[in-house]
Amino acid sequence: MGRNLLWGLAAAAVMGSILSAKAQETIKVAYIDPLSGGGASTGETGLKTYQFIADQLNAKGGVLGKRIEIVGYDNKLNPQESLIQAQKAIDAGARVITQGNGSAVAAALTDFVAKYNDRNPGKEVLYLNYAAVDPVLTNEKCNYWHFRFDANADIKMEALTNYLKPSTSIKKVYLINQDYSFGQAVRVAARRMLAAKRPDIQIVGDELHPLQKITDFAPYVAKIKASGADTIITGNWDKDISLLLKAAADAGLQVDWYTYYADAPGGPTAIKQTGLNHRVFQVAEGAANIPNAPSQEFERALRAKYDFGLLYPRAVNELRLLAAAIAEAKSTDPLKIAAKLEGMKFTVFDGGEGFMRADDHQFFQPMYIKSFGDLTTNEPFDEEKTGWGWRVVAKVDTPDTILPTVCKMKRPST
Amino acid sequence: MSVLTARTGPAPRPAILTAIGRYGVWLAVAAAFIVLPLVFGSGTALTMMSLMGISIVFALSYNMLLGQTGMLSFGHAVYFGLGAYFAVHGMNAVAAGGLPVPLPAIPLAGGCGGLVFAILFGWVSTKRSGTAFAMISLGLAELVGSSALILRSFFGGEEGVTTDRTKLLRLFGVSFGQQIEVYYLIAAWCLLCMFLMYAFTRTPLGRMCNAVRDNAERAQFVGYDPQMVRFLAFCVSGFFAGVAGGLAAIHFEIANSAYFSATQSGNVLLATFIGGSGYFFGPVIGAALVSYLQVMLSDLTEIWQLYFGLLFIAMVMFAPQGIAGVLVMHRPLWGRRALSRVTAAYAIALPPALVMLAGFALVIEMTYRLAAKAAEGPAMTFFTVPLAADRPEAWLAAGALAIGGFVLFRLTWPIIAAAWAAADPRKESRP
Amino acid sequence: MLELVIISTLNGVQYGMLLFLMASGLTLIFSMMGVLNFAHASFYMLGAFFGFQISRWLGFWPALVIAPVAVGGIGALVERYGLRNVHRHGHVPELLFTFGLAYVIEEVVQMIWGKAPVDFRVPSLLDFPAFTVFATNYPAYKLFMLLTSVAIFVVLFIILRRTRIGLVVQAALTHPHMVAHLGHNVPLVFMSVFGVGTALAAVAGVIAGPALVTQSNMAGLLGPILFVVVVVGGLGSLAGAFAASLLIGLVQTFAVSVNLSMADIFAFAHFTPSPGTIARDVWNVTLAQIAPILPYVLLVLVLVLKPTGLWGTRET
Repeated sequence: MGRNLLWGLAAAAVMGSILSAKAQETIKVAYIDPLSGGGASTGETGLKTYQFIADQLNAKGGVLGKRIEIVGYDNKLNPQESLIQAQKAIDAGARVITQGNGSAVAAALTDFVAKYNDRNPGKEVLYLNYAAVDPVLTNEKCNYWHFRFDANADIKMEALTNYLKPSTSIKKVYLINQDYSFGQAVRVAARRMLAAKRPDIQIVGDELHPLQKITDFAPYVAKIKASGADTIITGNWDKDISLLLKAAADAGLQVDWYTYYADAPGGPTAIKQTGLNHRVFQVAEGAANIPNAPSQEFERALRAKYDFGLLYPRAVNELRLLAAAIAEAKSTDPLKIAAKLEGMKFTVFDGGEGFMRADDHQFFQPMYIKSFGDLTTNEPFDEEKTGWGWRVVAKVDTPDTILPTVCKMKRPST
Repeated sequence: MSVLTARTGPAPRPAILTAIGRYGVWLAVAAAFIVLPLVFGSGTALTMMSLMGISIVFALSYNMLLGQTGMLSFGHAVYFGLGAYFAVHGMNAVAAGGLPVPLPAIPLAGGCGGLVFAILFGWVSTKRSGTAFAMISLGLAELVGSSALILRSFFGGEEGVTTDRTKLLRLFGVSFGQQIEVYYLIAAWCLLCMFLMYAFTRTPLGRMCNAVRDNAERAQFVGYDPQMVRFLAFCVSGFFAGVAGGLAAIHFEIANSAYFSATQSGNVLLATFIGGSGYFFGPVIGAALVSYLQVMLSDLTEIWQLYFGLLFIAMVMFAPQGIAGVLVMHRPLWGRRALSRVTAAYAIALPPALVMLAGFALVIEMTYRLAAKAAEGPAMTFFTVPLAADRPEAWLAAGALAIGGFVLFRLTWPIIAAAWAAADPRKESRP
Repeated sequence: MLELVIISTLNGVQYGMLLFLMASGLTLIFSMMGVLNFAHASFYMLGAFFGFQISRWLGFWPALVIAPVAVGGIGALVERYGLRNVHRHGHVPELLFTFGLAYVIEEVVQMIWGKAPVDFRVPSLLDFPAFTVFATNYPAYKLFMLLTSVAIFVVLFIILRRTRIGLVVQAALTHPHMVAHLGHNVPLVFMSVFGVGTALAAVAGVIAGPALVTQSNMAGLLGPILFVVVVVGGLGSLAGAFAASLLIGLVQTFAVSVNLSMADIFAFAHFTPSPGTIARDVWNVTLAQIAPILPYVLLVLVLVLKPTGLWGTRET
């Protein structure tokens, strides 16, 4: 056995490389997100989540008899690199691209997909956006081939501000966000909606910091302290929220947090360190402890395989919706899939009805406000082995989440 | 005719042959550029060849600094990026204003952008030389890269600025939507830039750049101001870097702050050095090779960048003259019988070398499998041979290949040395 | 306000001392061998990862001792078998060798530990607030970082100025040939200095790892600032590196706290550039937003005006 191995290796060494081509028929979905550098924790978690969901779908026979294959491409959180990777994915046979981390990347991708489809009729690709929530992507920059499965930043801020409207204890709010399109969208929406709903609240700070570049937020926490704020509203994600929380824990900052992505890898651990029990809130489309049997079963299976819980209920929705659209269209041609996807109604992961609005390709679904802290006996899931977990404190039904759009989409003439 | 004026040498060559000798190389290169897409027509190949074209122009502009004038810059991507931004804004302005400017003229806008800033920054940078110059270039690169996120109106922030290359004036109905059309545009500009940069090396200024590189003090005594020479070289180099940036902007239809990144500056340095900074065609080889590796190697193994870095270190240590230098080293052998002897010696040395490299590669791949990809299990394939990374036999085999290969390789060195010594008794023999 | 100033000063000094730990090694190596070690930040990263791995097996305190020794050993080997061979090709290949080394080290780290951050925790012994300034806690671990850096500076200073080996090193700084003629093993001295320099960077890595993010891109984040420190302080001056590190640490930390822009300062001028122009961006940008690039502005200014650095003794 050893000698055969030696000969085999020697022969292989002399022979040179042979690129093995996958001969199987699969539906390739290209996952283009950061797999190295600043956004790597979320990117890698996302890739594994997608693979898990695809495995489940394939175990039930796949779609139209074909397996769904998720292929990861590292874009290093960079728009130009994403285009290179998208081209590579298309050359490798993928006709569905999915991406979520970074609205800057999303803007470049949606532009690229629109141009590519325009210039290559018959070879179109779909772009499924699972987390880039800059509202502009389904408004001014909307396009027919882009579908967004996450509630956009305005929808989320609407839900958040509605929740905190009756809290008279909030007097001074500090805004801290990442300095790019999404972070700016969050602060603009926060200012607008707070001014409309609670004009008595004073905004004592409005901070923009570089995206995924800061390793020590201590100076920023010092500023927040100095401003006397009692509430923080932030759209930070991945390292930017977990390090901000960590710095807050170190400094002993005692405020309420209203966040978009506090459940990022490292976030729950940092929240536990701050000791803020049920004072950190997040707006999301799901939570592990929602008493819905199928989603809890999924959660258990995912945690058994990997060390993390489900960050993206919307990813589950996305792949299942894609599979349903392919099955209904009886084809893997993006032109036909898109026609079926828009307007589609769907039972979402955590229970309830959602639908993909045809006007702007924005998916609407029930939204939840959840807070992080100690759990009761019928809340079985904690996060990152801290003993604390997410508890739903408010639910917004789908019809109440709908916001208008200015999208004027150019549709293909079929 | 007297004895003194009689011709003693062979008849002078006809003028046409001289012309072919001089320009033939360029015609051959042009022909190659035209024919390549017919041989490699796939989407990936076209994209890769376009990227190669852009890198070649960029690397050649970089070598104007490094190889010709002896200036090591760590921030050349600044001019590349600024060229790209000027090109993108130019395209948007032309499309918005309906101006009669066709797409092939756009790289010129990129070149001008690079030139303007090379004049601005070059005046400051070229006051110093050597390590100080390198550090200034590094600092400037970081400055410009960070400013891109602050000056949003021009640089577009994190998203960058996008454009559409099909919206410009169309000559002969060519819209440049298809990759093949973009390839030909890039190839044409690449050829033009190569020719111009080669012509630059033939000018007195180009020669003085070499002089300043070799001995700045002596150049001063001859009457030239080294700082002015460096400054002019810097400006011309910045112009061509801007052209490369313009071509990249046309290809990607986006310009963002990643164009200024340290990776971009580092890649061009790698490409130029690996190709060989001492010869004009060195960066061409280096840029083509690096572009190819960047696109194709990632399919072969996930840790191709490690191999890349090791290759670079090996070249710095053992062959600092680069690939071009190694090729030129063999030039005296051309057309002589000794060439076949040296080639035979290389052929004998090649199998052990490959075995040794395969052994090292196997060790690296197995370490990677066990360390970073532990969750996916130890089963892997190496050049289509399946094996398990956690079995001791696999490690022993890898070790045997590596060490055994090295020992055998070492034994062939005297053969190569002897072949070289026989080839030229006056030359010092070296493997 | 006073609280902000005090906390910012503490943070700034602590960040500056961390920079100094790394810059000290770099400036020693440069003074000694004329080699600007591009891979210095990579040794810092190696120190952090070795520290992480060893702390998982043996605990943080053994890691604090073992990791720097291991990395220093690797550094000495790199000098002996790598740098010394490249030295004969000239300065540019030397620089490029360290450049390639930085690249390879990053790849190896990515290969072994992956690309995502690793969970390098603060040792439980130090995981408490040391004291409270007004209402803000200052973590004990940061105090530990500060004290260790100061201690190492003092030890380094004493060794260089007061011991025999320090005398030899100082002499080899400026007259290596003479020192060799006097019978000292100069190559051995060089190798030891390189090893000690990289070990210092590794100590910085082990200490900084739990406080900052331990990830394979950490070398790239801190590397350029390191060069700024060394160049601004003066190539060849340890005291200069100390002063420059503090300067840059304080400048960066204080700048982040200041939300002033030119629009605020010149508000009386009632000058409003139209939106969407560069003038508007420059007018409205706050000091906090440009805080990360201030060191580079300083670098360019110093290099153009005084290339020996603020306290330096030699140019390149």
